[in-house]
Amino acid sequence: MNRENLVNFILAVLLLAVPFAANMAGQPFYVTLATRVAILALAATGLNLALGLGGLVSFGHAAFFGIGGYVAGILATHSFSGEPLLFGLSGTNQMWVIWIVAVLLAGLLGLAIGAISLRTSGVYFIMITLAFAQMVYYFAVSWPAYGGEDGLSILVRNQFPGVMTMRPLGFFLICYVVLLVGIGLFALIRASRFGNALQAARQNEVRVATVGIQPYRIRLTGFAISAMMTGLAGALFADLNRFVSPSMLSWHMSGELIVLIVLGGTGRLFGPLAGAALYVAFEYALGGITERWQFFLGLILLVVVLFARGGLLGLLAGKARHG
Amino acid sequence: MTVALALEQLLNGLQLGVMLFLMAAGLTLIFGVMGLINLAHGSLYMVGAFACAAVAAWTGSFWIGLIASLVAAAAAGAIVELVVIRRLYDRDHLDQVLATFALILMFSEGTRWLFGSFPLYLDIPPLLQGAVTLPGGTQYPVYRLAIIAAGAIVAIGLYMLISKTRLGMRIRAGESDREMIGALGVDIRTLYTVVFALGAALAGFAGAMVGALQSVQVGMGEPVLILAFVVIVIGGIGSIKGALLGALLVGVTDTMGRFLLPQIFAFFAPPAQAGMIGGAVASMLIYIVMAVILAVKPRGLFPAAHA
Amino acid sequence: MKKLLAAATLTLSLSASGLAFAEPLKIGMITTLSGGGAGLGIDTRDGFMLAIKNSGNKDITVVTEDDAQKPELAVQIADKMIQSDQVDILTGIVWSNLLMAVAPSAVAQGKFYVSTNAAPAALAGANCNKLYFNAAYQNDNLHEAMGEYANKGYKKMFILAPNYPAGKDSLTGFKRYYKGELAAEVYTQVGQTDYAAEIAQMRASGADGIFVFLPGGMGIAFMKQFAQSGVKIPVMGPGFSFSQDVLPAIGDAALGAKASGQWAPDFDNEASKKFLADFQKEYNRLPSIYAVQAYDAAQLILSAAAKADVTDADAFRAELLKADIQSPRGNFKFNTNQHPIQDIYLTEVVKQDGVLTNKTVEKIFTDHKDAYAKDCKI
Repeated sequence: MNRENLVNFILAVLLLAVPFAANMAGQPFYVTLATRVAILALAATGLNLALGLGGLVSFGHAAFFGIGGYVAGILATHSFSGEPLLFGLSGTNQMWVIWIVAVLLAGLLGLAIGAISLRTSGVYFIMITLAFAQMVYYFAVSWPAYGGEDGLSILVRNQFPGVMTMRPLGFFLICYVVLLVGIGLFALIRASRFGNALQAARQNEVRVATVGIQPYRIRLTGFAISAMMTGLAGALFADLNRFVSPSMLSWHMSGELIVLIVLGGTGRLFGPLAGAALYVAFEYALGGITERWQFFLGLILLVVVLFARGGLLGLLAGKARHG
Repeated sequence: MTVALALEQLLNGLQLGVMLFLMAAGLTLIFGVMGLINLAHGSLYMVGAFACAAVAAWTGSFWIGLIASLVAAAAAGAIVELVVIRRLYDRDHLDQVLATFALILMFSEGTRWLFGSFPLYLDIPPLLQGAVTLPGGTQYPVYRLAIIAAGAIVAIGLYMLISKTRLGMRIRAGESDREMIGALGVDIRTLYTVVFALGAALAGFAGAMVGALQSVQVGMGEPVLILAFVVIVIGGIGSIKGALLGALLVGVTDTMGRFLLPQIFAFFAPPAQAGMIGGAVASMLIYIVMAVILAVKPRGLFPAAHA
Repeated sequence: MKKLLAAATLTLSLSASGLAFAEPLKIGMITTLSGGGAGLGIDTRDGFMLAIKNSGNKDITVVTEDDAQKPELAVQIADKMIQSDQVDILTGIVWSNLLMAVAPSAVAQGKFYVSTNAAPAALAGANCNKLYFNAAYQNDNLHEAMGEYANKGYKKMFILAPNYPAGKDSLTGFKRYYKGELAAEVYTQVGQTDYAAEIAQMRASGADGIFVFLPGGMGIAFMKQFAQSGVKIPVMGPGFSFSQDVLPAIGDAALGAKASGQWAPDFDNEASKKFLADFQKEYNRLPSIYAVQAYDAAQLILSAAAKADVTDADAFRAELLKADIQSPRGNFKFNTNQHPIQDIYLTEVVKQDGVLTNKTVEKIFTDHKDAYAKDCKI
């Protein structure tokens, strides 16, 4: 086991151990905090597929995160009120159904946004993904049916067979397992032929094209899968907060997701998890110390970007392997 | 709807466009010369507005405040360039986005630290108050006309600076070949600081001008920043001409959309609903325009040499 | 700077006392202390703390945290306050969207929520709750009052609000009482700062009055631009549009604007004079309407805590419902849906000793109730 794998393993165990310890110590809030870490890590792992492997700096992943959230919110609302949704279909409060719908819709949106955005590159790509996310954001703010700016409350968490989802620990375990599956998927993709092509397209587009692979298609597929995973995280996030609102779609959210990846270490398997843990810890600890916490958060970020380019994992596990 | 109203709205769109141009010009200049994407440009806009408001309150003169806004924003820009931005030129866009995102957080909270949480007072100078009657009988605020004029002067000034002066020559050289002008003995580090401070001063100037018309408060730069990005992306990043045309296109589209769309939807829906749906589509309109333009021309209307 | 320091020391001493254990009553205050909307949250906190301080009650602790106007953060803080700090009562949220994220789930977990400002229709009608109280108003109230006022003397109104739920509630509330003709009903973008297009429409509309609901920076921008436009139609709005937090920034452009409010600094009753003097002494500025509402929320909690134990929810609720307080607003009672029944006044922006403030003109409504109480079955 090399050093990075060891660090990864410790991280995974820690994330599991902390909530159990907190629960026993009668501090269930830390379970909620750990759940937040797991969900943000999943969202960032999704983004890491596009950003870390494909080199696609998407500044609009909040759109997928928010879509996932709204799927959970809207389906749950209809299930609660009993009103049919579309074509006589009813809502649902079953998490796994919500997940499937969230993943499908986020994937479709990812295909649509990606199809246009991937025609551009560099700064243009960053900005056009931002523009699409803003479009979805403004749509959600001004569309009255599902709460607009006020957002949607889910009074009771959605159901999962065999788990008490309203108990913090039960819901944490669901999120933890989903996160591990997500990270596993990321590892599989990275090692697959498709993943190699995606990374190759980042490193040398011309060379990829000469061996007969179309970088556009590879990237589009990668982008859509990335959107799906972030969408799934969004659905979980809505359930965590029992609430969804356009702020999940805001450009600050897109920025935060990128921040998580870079804090942890770009392109690394456990980078998003390390980054999410660090970010949530900062936010929580600084928020308790000073009203000016956003200033210090900015300062820390700046220092990481300027001087600690490998992120937390770079610090703990040494240089990234070139893959 | 009368012709006079339509004309007035067109003028409003023009004025919004000019405001956006003041922001976008600095942004696109910095990108063109240094290849840097600067999210903190909106913070420099805010610095300009706060400096103007504070100095105007202290001295009682808007004009001294306006000068202060230029100085403060340029100084803030130069300091930020020396301390932070300088280290980012060789990095990829991801690092630049993140570092300048961090700067936004620091600037916003830092400004609140200094000036408190309540919006500051900044009023239009007496000279430019009130409205004038335009040919056709419409009344139009003098100050908005002044903004249009200021934008035109800045556009001409920038053109002169870049095409006629030594600094402009170096900027053009920097845009086309960065290594070369360094090899020719131009002090490239100083040039970059000067260009960044120039861009910052433009943003600060815009902030002060607009602050008098809107509100001077923390976070005021962010909505403008995103619009300015839309502008330079549509125009082609790095192109000042593109920024000007992009700004006018965005300004007019946004204003006309907000004005016309609810009326168009009123043909299909009751007024209250038409207002809401029209408003919703209007708020998305410029992003739709941007997506369409980039789908057809992936590098904007006037692609710069590199980027 | 001085007032900031004062506020900071106050927070520090609060968080220090928050460390003590086994206190009889613990209040969690979630409000906006950073970002663009911080002014409202700071007034909320200061008004609330003033009442707590005046009471001299040492058995009450208040934990204050900043939500940065982000719903997700507010939810996280609420979870922490409920799960870790084990507060009994939550309060302090300024914005309706944050309240909708926090309050329904807080009351579902058996905690009281006493709102200091936000009052969405959704929680006043069929979804009202025994543990949810609102000490401010119901969102529609001040708009309804302006609709009633506009009936006198205005025949064709131009009405405008941001395109979000509170904006729609606003215009709905206005129309509920306004009987005249509408020149136009316009929804603008949330956070919009340039109103040239809308002002042009106003000029062309032939309206004889304008009603705007534009809180915070939006209102500042609108009023300044309107003053420059040469349009001479009278402007009116709910109290938020011309509240003390924005008046200094609007400047003289606000002079003469009519608004509705449950309180203004010139109220001639003992409670109001005392509140005004105490607030100015403590914080060295004029309080806004948000400070009054928070002050009353704290007074309500104090009044109930004096007679009942919060662990006995039914008894505590019964005491809260009595509203046994001296409100600066004068008359104050709770309706069946636990929202206020109060008088609403017409105010006008004037300049007194060089400071812009609101002056009371006349009473619009006596003992006004909201329109949703009939759907509330508690």
